[in-house]
Amino acid sequence: MAAITIAEVSKIYHGNVEAVKSVSIDIEDGEFIVLVGPSGCGKSTLLRMVAGLETISKGTVTIGSRVINDVDPAERDIAMVFQNYALYPHMTVYDNLAYGLKNRKTPKAEIDARVAEAARMLEIEPYLARKPRALSGGQRQRVAMGRAIVRKPAAFLFDEPLSNLDAKLRVSMRGEIKRLQKRLGTTSLYVTHDQLEAMTLADRLVVLNGGRIEQIGRPLDVYHRPASTFVASFIGSPAMNLIKGQIEGGSLQIGLYRIELGSRAPVEGAVTVGLRAEDLRLAGVGEDAMLFQVDYVEELGAQRLVHGTIEGQPLTIALSPEMPLSGDLAVTIAVDRLHFFSPETGKRLERGTSFAGDAPAQNLRLETAS
Amino acid sequence: MYRTKIFDHVILLFGVFIMVAPVVVAFMTSTHEAADIHRNGLSLTWGGHFVETYQTVLTRQGGFTGKITGFNMMLNSMILGLGFAVGKIVLSMLAAYALVYFRFPLATFFFWVIFTTLLLPLEVRILPSYEVMNTLKLTNTYTGLIVPLLASATGTFYFRQFFKSVPDELLEAARIDGAGPFKFFIDVLVPLSRTMMAAIFIIMFVYGWNQYLWPTLMTTDEGFFTLVRGIKQILLVWVGSNIPDYNEAFALAILAMLPPVMIVVIFQRWFIKGLTESDK
Repeated sequence: MAAITIAEVSKIYHGNVEAVKSVSIDIEDGEFIVLVGPSGCGKSTLLRMVAGLETISKGTVTIGSRVINDVDPAERDIAMVFQNYALYPHMTVYDNLAYGLKNRKTPKAEIDARVAEAARMLEIEPYLARKPRALSGGQRQRVAMGRAIVRKPAAFLFDEPLSNLDAKLRVSMRGEIKRLQKRLGTTSLYVTHDQLEAMTLADRLVVLNGGRIEQIGRPLDVYHRPASTFVASFIGSPAMNLIKGQIEGGSLQIGLYRIELGSRAPVEGAVTVGLRAEDLRLAGVGEDAMLFQVDYVEELGAQRLVHGTIEGQPLTIALSPEMPLSGDLAVTIAVDRLHFFSPETGKRLERGTSFAGDAPAQNLRLETAS
Repeated sequence: MYRTKIFDHVILLFGVFIMVAPVVVAFMTSTHEAADIHRNGLSLTWGGHFVETYQTVLTRQGGFTGKITGFNMMLNSMILGLGFAVGKIVLSMLAAYALVYFRFPLATFFFWVIFTTLLLPLEVRILPSYEVMNTLKLTNTYTGLIVPLLASATGTFYFRQFFKSVPDELLEAARIDGAGPFKFFIDVLVPLSRTMMAAIFIIMFVYGWNQYLWPTLMTTDEGFFTLVRGIKQILLVWVGSNIPDYNEAFALAILAMLPPVMIVVIFQRWFIKGLTESDK
C-alpha cells in the first residue's frame, strides 16, 4: 500500500513521437484512479510506464517513497491485470496464481494460504486444478485478478481488464473490482476507454487526450463541470450537446433565440454552448421555449433519446418515455445548466461566481429576434 | 454435410495400396533365401525364413572387420537420429528466442543470414565441412557425425514464427511475476512449444535417421556405421560368384523403416496439433 506520484512524465518514441506529454498525477494511498480517453491518447502507455514495461523518457514515477524509474517491473511491488488476461495457458489456475510467489521464493505454506485466500475471495476455488482454457471469460478475468491479489502489492494496475467480456458480465465484474478494491484498500490505477466504467469505478478520474491531461477530478465534478469541450463530449452518455452561440451584452444568442444571462455572462463574443441532454426538458404552457425539430428517436426503455435540431444545430434530448412526441417540440433549459466553452481553445469559461446547482434554477428567458 | 461415398473409399484404398505394396513386397521377399531371390526376383509370398534372416541380420558380425552387427548399426542410427533431432531443437529454440525476444543490433540481418543457410544444405558445403571436421580430428566420432548437420535454418524459422505468435502480454505478465529471461524461457516458452517441438522432432528424427552421404564420408570405422549404410554394405560383397544376401538387405531395410514409423505413429497426435493449432 502506497501513494504513487507521477511527476511530469513524458514518453517519446523514436522519431520524436510524443505519446505522453508531461503528465503529473498525485495518487493517494488507497485511491482508485481511472485513466480514461479515446484510443491513442496515451493512457495505456502511461500505465505501462508505471508498470515498468515501457521506459520513462522524462519525469519521475514514485511509488511509496521510492523513485522507480530504473527499477525492474518485478521489484516495483505492483501487480497488473491485462486486457487479454495473459494467463499462462499451460499452467493450472493454482500455478498461475502461485507463479509470481514461487519466483519470489515465498515459502510453500504461505503460497498455499495466499492462493486459498484469493481463490475464496474471487470464488474460483472449484477451478484451481483447471487450465485457463477450460474457464469462461469471466472466470479467466477472476484468475487474472487473483494473480494480482496474491502478491499483496503496493498498487494494482488494470489495463482495460473488462474489454473482452460481454456487456452483462462487464457490469457485474465492474462491481466486483470496485468492492474488492475498497476491501483491500490497495492503490489502483485503471485504464479504460469506456466512460461509464470510468465514472462508476473511479475515486478520481483522469481524462486524457492526445497525451495530455484534460481534467482530473471526482466523477461528478468532471461530469458537472467539464474543463473542456473534449471532456464534455467524452464523459456522459449521450454526449453533451455542443452548439455555437454568441454572447452580446449579457445575453446569449443562439440563432434567432436570445437568452438573458444577466450578470453571469462569462465573456463577450462567440462561445460554444454545452447542454446536457438530460438538462433539456419540454417547456410547460406559457413558458419561454425554443423550437426543437425532431429528426429521429432512440428508445432506451427508461429513457427516450430524441435527436433533432434547434436553429439547424444538431442536438440530443433525453426525455421520459411518458412525454408525448410530435414533429416539433418546445424545449427549455435552466440557465444555470448551460456550460460555456471557448470556441478557439475548447476550454471551459466560468460564469462569474455561480455554477450549476448553486443558485435556484433560473429558467430560460427568451426574446425572439425576428 | 458431405457424406463419404464408395468412390471416395476406392480412391483412398488405391492410395494405400500404392504406398504399402513396396513395403509388403520388401518384407515378404526378406523371408526368402538369397538364392531364391536371385533366381525368382521379388516375391509376394511368405518364404518361411523370417526368424533366421532377422536373427542373422541383427546379431551377425558383418563388414570387413567384422565388428559391427545389425543391432549396433541400429543403435548408431538411433544416436544419430536422436542427437540430430534433439540438438537441432535446442539450438533452433535458443536462436529463435534470441531473435524474437532480445533487441540487439542487426537482429533482422542475422535472421536473414540464418535464413540464407537454407540455400546451403550439407551436400553443397560437404567438402569444407569435412575439412573442418578432419582438422578438428572429429572424423569417426558421434560429435562429427551430428554437429555439422545441426546448423540450418528450418527449425529456427519455425520457432521464430511460433514465438512471434505468443502474445506479448505473457512476457509482460512473467516479467511482473519476477521471471527473468531464463525462467521465462523454461517456465513459459518451452511448455508452450511442446507440440511444436514434437512436430519438429519427428521431421528431424526421420531426416537424421535417413542420412546417408554425411555418415558415409565421416565414418570409416565400421563401429560407427548406421543402418542406412549397412544395407549398402551387404550388397557390396558381389565379388566372384558370391550372391549378395538380398534377403538380409531387405530385412535391414525393413528394420531401418521401423523406428521412424514408430516415432510417427507415437507422436502423430502431437504432430498434427503442432502444425495446425497452438496451445495459447
